[in-house]
Amino acid sequence: MPEMMVMQALNQAIAEEMRRDPKVFLMGEDVRASVYGASANLSREFGPDRIIDTPLSENGFFGAAIGASAVGMRPIVETLTSFMWVGMDQLVSQAAKMRYMFGGQVNLPVVFRAVMYYGGGSAAHHSDRSYPLFMNIGGLKVIVPGTARDAKGLLKTAIRDNDPVICFEDGTLLGQRGFVPDNSELPGGELLVPFGKAAIHRQGTDCTVVAIAGCVGLAIQAADELQKEGISVEVVDPRTLVPLDKTSILESVAKTGRCVIADPAAKVCSAASEIASIVAEEAFWSLQAPIMKVASEQVHIPFSQALEKHVYPTKEKIMAAVKKTMG
Amino acid sequence: MNIPKDKLMLMLERMWLIRNFELKVIEAHKTGEFAGGAHPYIGEEAVAVGACIAMRDTDYIAGNHRSHGHPIAKGASLNKAMAEIFGRRDGYCKGKGGSMHLADFSVGILGESGIVGSSVPIATGAALASKLQKKDFVSAVFFGDGASNQGACHESMNLASVWKLPVIFICENNQYAVTTSYKSTVAVEHVSDRASAYNMPGVLVDGQDCIAMYEAMTEAVRRARAGEGPTLLEGLTYRFEEHSLGLGKIRRSEYRTEDEINSWRKRDPIVIHEDRLLKSEIASQAEVQHVRDHTEKLSMEALEFARKSPWPEVSELFEDMWADKTMPIP
Repeated sequence: MPEMMVMQALNQAIAEEMRRDPKVFLMGEDVRASVYGASANLSREFGPDRIIDTPLSENGFFGAAIGASAVGMRPIVETLTSFMWVGMDQLVSQAAKMRYMFGGQVNLPVVFRAVMYYGGGSAAHHSDRSYPLFMNIGGLKVIVPGTARDAKGLLKTAIRDNDPVICFEDGTLLGQRGFVPDNSELPGGELLVPFGKAAIHRQGTDCTVVAIAGCVGLAIQAADELQKEGISVEVVDPRTLVPLDKTSILESVAKTGRCVIADPAAKVCSAASEIASIVAEEAFWSLQAPIMKVASEQVHIPFSQALEKHVYPTKEKIMAAVKKTMG
Repeated sequence: MNIPKDKLMLMLERMWLIRNFELKVIEAHKTGEFAGGAHPYIGEEAVAVGACIAMRDTDYIAGNHRSHGHPIAKGASLNKAMAEIFGRRDGYCKGKGGSMHLADFSVGILGESGIVGSSVPIATGAALASKLQKKDFVSAVFFGDGASNQGACHESMNLASVWKLPVIFICENNQYAVTTSYKSTVAVEHVSDRASAYNMPGVLVDGQDCIAMYEAMTEAVRRARAGEGPTLLEGLTYRFEEHSLGLGKIRRSEYRTEDEINSWRKRDPIVIHEDRLLKSEIASQAEVQHVRDHTEKLSMEALEFARKSPWPEVSELFEDMWADKTMPIP
């Protein structure tokens, strides 16, 4: 099983799906030169008709992708979470709502790949982690791969999905390496990770840590360290937030009786907030301690490294939260 | 005039369909038969009809909040449109869209849009798909003078031009964005002047004349199909009614004079076309009367159809959110 960077896993997913289906094409800013890495070499293989550099017009080209998907194409749009604000009308008023508003007359098989840069001194305009907002809108599937394997498998599933999908690609993970099975090792000859099925990265009995995107690796590290201290942590990675695998989370909490949620998004109305409310509503009688959220502080991202490092969840914060639930 | 008689009569019929249909909508709104507002197209019929008759059934259109004229011009069902306005199950969108969201994907009507300017990128994307699929389908989008100030509109025109997409941007300049004159919001004399910034033809057309619209559109469609790129058409027109049904009640001050309204009412697009057909002896008085009566009858039938159509069941509330039928309800 080869090891590769998350970015390479994403690149494989796009290339494989483009080879498989001529309706798939990629558009975005600087995708031919692959400024963000995931579209490396695609232009050479697929040419300028299928790897399309766009003007800096998010509202225009987001909408063009949606319109193309309404009449039989399967566009992949590459963007940054921070530029999604510029194209929000198309994402919300059109991609999310068209199908329902038009009584199910149209499917919109479009994927928005949104890179989330944060943690590297990019300051407030380039450090957004906006997926909770899109969970609230409805009509958009929201996927948050936390490993190289899931990045490839979820993106391939997204490209084949008939609903609009936003793939949030955690910038802190893009350069991280992980094992991705070779297609020849897989039963169906390809890696497809289903939506709405959580991954249990560590089995445990004392506390459940639900970890999202960039927090998955931190939660695994925390679990491994806590194991040495005699605390058994179960790490649940929902992998997709819309749809959300409630069952796996609730079953884990029923077993452990404790729940910590680690989420790189800002804490107010975060994915962690939603998961906490589900656990409170549906697993209350299993709980032996209050649910803990380990999410980002509710501030804009400061530039200075002296400040920024205090904003996000860390392994230490996750460990402290688990210990707090242990009393 | 070398346009075949059947096309000329179809233009008259479609304009009368829109007019009579909307008169029923206005009547039903007054008696509170449906909720929300609706934006009458009366006075602007020649723009959509002239444009749509120059297109094929397989071509695409997208529209805006003034939403009844475009689909009817493209050949939509009056019954389904009226039932949708009434929020009934037999409506185009099974009652989920209402007046501002009529759509019929089976005949290329990609949907009307309540957010001004928002459907312009959608139509541009349909044109992109057509080009990528190597089809010769063209796409047209109707928007107003107000929308011509939206970034989505400018971004789309630029995209379409650099990519030479088969799309026709049709500005229905009815001269007021709700109550604000385009003369105080558009920096150039005519919206069509904006085309030069995007290196495409910009054509100012008499929007009260369906034949002028048809001819301008025919050339724009020819260009688009030939791979020569987009065109911006501006149909200069006028909204005879208020911006939205019900809005007259809350409007606080006059924004256009009675003289202005009356002078435009004298340029009724249906009267202009009827007179021309009669004077040039293309159609007889009886033929014209038949179109009037027939479209009135169809509009009345649509009203009755909507009234009798059942309400959607509560169980339909969660339907149509997703193509994926396995999606859980949170």
